[in-house]
Amino acid sequence: MVEAIKEQIVNLKRHQFLFEELVKRDFKKKYKRTILGMLWSLISPLMQLLVMSIVFTHFFGNHKPHYTIYLFAGNLTYSFFKDSTNGGMNSLMQNANIITKINLPKYMFLLSKNVASLINFGLTLIIFFVFAACDHIPFHPRFFMLIYPVLCLIVFNIGCGFILSALFVIFKDIQYLYDIFTLMLMYLSAIFYYTDSYSERVQQIFYANPLYVYISYIRHIVLDGYIPGVLTHILCLVYAVGALAIGALIYKRYNYKFMYYM
Amino acid sequence: MKKIELNDVSVSYIVGDFSNVGLKDVIIQKIKGTYTQKEFLAVDRVNFAIEEGELLGIVGTNGAGKSTLCKVISGIMRPTSGTMAVRGNIASLLELGTGFDGDLTVKENTFLRGAMLGYTREFMNDTYKSIIEFAELEEFQDRKFSHLSSGMKSRLAFSIACLVKPEILILDEVLSVGDGGFRKKSEEKMLEIIKGGATTILVSHSLAQIRRMATKVLWLDKGKQMAFGETEEICDKYEEFLNKKK
Repeated sequence: MVEAIKEQIVNLKRHQFLFEELVKRDFKKKYKRTILGMLWSLISPLMQLLVMSIVFTHFFGNHKPHYTIYLFAGNLTYSFFKDSTNGGMNSLMQNANIITKINLPKYMFLLSKNVASLINFGLTLIIFFVFAACDHIPFHPRFFMLIYPVLCLIVFNIGCGFILSALFVIFKDIQYLYDIFTLMLMYLSAIFYYTDSYSERVQQIFYANPLYVYISYIRHIVLDGYIPGVLTHILCLVYAVGALAIGALIYKRYNYKFMYYM
Repeated sequence: MKKIELNDVSVSYIVGDFSNVGLKDVIIQKIKGTYTQKEFLAVDRVNFAIEEGELLGIVGTNGAGKSTLCKVISGIMRPTSGTMAVRGNIASLLELGTGFDGDLTVKENTFLRGAMLGYTREFMNDTYKSIIEFAELEEFQDRKFSHLSSGMKSRLAFSIACLVKPEILILDEVLSVGDGGFRKKSEEKMLEIIKGGATTILVSHSLAQIRRMATKVLWLDKGKQMAFGETEEICDKYEEFLNKKK
């Protein structure tokens, strides 16, 4: 018994070293070791925000208060989801050379990719708070509740990454199909429009989109000034755990079958 | 006790349609009913068993299924059918030069590979210097990995991998690394591990090497097991086979 526990600890420690090294690798590759590389990953969502903000306020005449923050909240969440799942999707195939030669837990590659996306998201989130403060939305203790949807989103992203990476091993065109899918998802997630002009029924349908649930949670906290109800919390958790469960199941079941396709 | 035992082990890859076309095509083909999935038997009903401390040589022409068999024994792949028992911790050194990252430096790659092989950080910190010394790459530590020559790459790969102290050692074409001087050094290093009592599987195209080192030989051809047995006998048969082919 003691031996078994000892072995588990040794195992965990061994993988910790691998995990750290993989994170370092992905980080270095992502930012190419330059300050500009890191800045760029922050500038690019901000540029996107700027364009969207100009288009929708000046061309479409949207003058609701705090519209830029409303946009930012949506865009921030959506970008994190897209970045993280795209990275996750590639994680197995990009490391095919290693996976087919050395016996390693395959999920490590996906998790390390997610850490890089998470750091990026964290930095953008700081800018988000700065923007909010500039737009006369001061920081409030309520904001700490944001940890909940963010944690759920992280788990959700990992789950989706598992599913996508498994699909990508078998179907090489999945990345193009996924591009179309994420574009569709962007339009369906109410990033730049408001849902309150729709009927009650249609508004409910929006909650079938996990991304919309996470985005509206953040908006309720920051813009509307209240913490969403229990039902929203449950929904956040169900989507996250559901995605992770499906992904983990696929990995467990097809762990060795992946090899036949690589 | 038998260290490695394989009973009717087969591995089939899925080839043809599936791996090339995408999801769209598969759906269309399924609707049309023209969907087919071809299988390719890379390893076909292989049987053998070796005792502790033995050295099994695997011979065969290209595409005989040697590398796939090594992957199965190392636990990277599972056999499609058949059973096997491998007792003891395994270190498998397969096609060493691959899997490094060209954008990272030599030092970073060394640590990453060490982590993959299951070494601890402390161990890597302690042995890093001797790895680089053994690989003769002292001046290249902070160079990008992609700037190394292919000989240097495999020298580094070998130097990291040879630090293992396993009960079972699987070597796939790794004893022919680098130039003459390094080859001699690497063979000595491997012999040291083997003499330490490790049960070894050695894949090599050099019959002379197999004759010199192996206690048993397995001969594969197009996935099928042609023969398994005493070194001299099988090597003679294999040589005859090669000569006939010419």
